[in-house]
Amino acid sequence: MAVLEMKHLKKDFDNTPVLKDINLTVNEGEVVSIIGPSGSGKTTLLRCATLLEKMDDGSLQYLDDTIAKSVNGKSVYENKKALRKATSYYGLVFQNFNLFPHYSVLKNITEAPILTQKRDKNEVNEQAMSLLSKMGLEDKADAFPGQLSGGQKQRVSIARALCMNPKILFFDEPTSALDPELTLEILAVIKKLAATNMTMVIVTHEMLFAKEVSDRMIFMDQGVVVEETTPENMFHSDNKRTQEFLGKYTDLL
Amino acid sequence: MSFLEICRQLLPGMGITLQIFFITLLFSIPLGLAIAIGRMSRFKIVSWIFRLYIDIMRGTPLMLQLLVVYFGPYYMFGINISSSYRGIAVMIAFSINYAAYFAEIYRAGINSIDKGQWEAAYILGYNKVQTFAKIILPQMKKRIIPPMTNEMVTLVKDTSLAFSIAYAEMFTEAKRIASAQTSMMPFVAAALFYFSFNAIISLLSNKVEKKLSYYD
Ligand SMILES: Nc1ncnc2c1ncn2[C@@H]1O[C@H](COP(=O)(O)OP(=O)(O)OP(=O)(O)O)[C@@H](O)[C@H]1O
Ligand SMILES: [Mg+2]
Repeated sequence: MAVLEMKHLKKDFDNTPVLKDINLTVNEGEVVSIIGPSGSGKTTLLRCATLLEKMDDGSLQYLDDTIAKSVNGKSVYENKKALRKATSYYGLVFQNFNLFPHYSVLKNITEAPILTQKRDKNEVNEQAMSLLSKMGLEDKADAFPGQLSGGQKQRVSIARALCMNPKILFFDEPTSALDPELTLEILAVIKKLAATNMTMVIVTHEMLFAKEVSDRMIFMDQGVVVEETTPENMFHSDNKRTQEFLGKYTDLL
Repeated sequence: MSFLEICRQLLPGMGITLQIFFITLLFSIPLGLAIAIGRMSRFKIVSWIFRLYIDIMRGTPLMLQLLVVYFGPYYMFGINISSSYRGIAVMIAFSINYAAYFAEIYRAGINSIDKGQWEAAYILGYNKVQTFAKIILPQMKKRIIPPMTNEMVTLVKDTSLAFSIAYAEMFTEAKRIASAQTSMMPFVAAALFYFSFNAIISLLSNKVEKKLSYYD
């Protein structure tokens, strides 16, 4: 079953097309990674999927819920309430974490489920502590984000997203603000999540990681999907642009 | 007249000065927030109206605004103004003037918070009001303390403008006693009062700022 379905997505910035007719379907339990050069529209695609940005044209659906449909070449979104509800389907892990600096680690994770999902406080606290211990951060529950390393911050932000029990989790270059050692730490966490059948879409420049963790890879360039296939095929692609982009990595594989 | 006696005579005026100060803050702090929100409205006309308001309040002398608020009802509508309206006019003029300054401080404070904070909150299901109250405001508070303190220090001194409509706050009284006694002492006492009051404000502001810095 498709958790996310985006069809014929178009998005312009200042009359410059940034996404041109993109289709993206993600099935339950699938890990899809998106690769491509800088400026190809990867972030914009995730931002459209997470409603941080509105599509100009195209449709968007989470499970059985239509969030936006295309009417006469324009995206028409559901009302505010429906969009609000839609946010509960997904989580997003930002490149720069965006933790709330004035909250403790625990409160960063627990406030939203309690406040916006109206869940039981004890149950949420328990889940948060169990997530923290899975992330090796149980002793940091009372720390503030400013006291953590980048890798620890990113683990907290992953825990924060997971505590909302999303159906799908988006990552936008979760490791590019981190040094190599901390990068490995976060990649290990994401691999563990993949093993639990979490549905994920990962934008990354870590090609080896993408190859290892993904069920499917998407190569984007200049606002279009150039190729969409298994990691195996992607790295042995006949497509010239794919080859060019992956050229510097294939030697490593 | 001894210095102590002068201070004693200035005491009721000091009370009134404090009253102007606190009542102005009481009204202008929340009013400023409403104005800031209006100023940041995505509806162009709304934001333009609030911007005009802020520009007028900041671009014309407070003393002039005070006179307009005090004499306006009589000059414009022929309403007889009683002397009890003096105090009210002072509070109104000060509140609407300071609200404009506070609004700009809030706006700068809100804009100084990273956009990512709004976005993270949105994804986590916070609505706008929740995001503002729980995520933005607490972070903004710390950043606006220094400019707010500046404004409060100015407000302490501006209370003396109330003399222009003969409202019996401390400075008006000091001037009266000074000319009656042909003495500088009332002015010295007034200066001491303003100075100490502002010293206390600075001290408190430092304390509050430290307290709000608990997280970094
Ligand atoms: N808010 C915006 N306003 C105007 N142009 C934008 C905006 N956001 C992105 N763009 C432009 O859209 C294009 C795609 O940007 P996007 O951030 O989606 O690329 P990306 O694939 O994520 O790149 P990177 O790998 O560097 O993160 C770029 O040309 C960028 O300059
Ligand atoms: Mg990007």
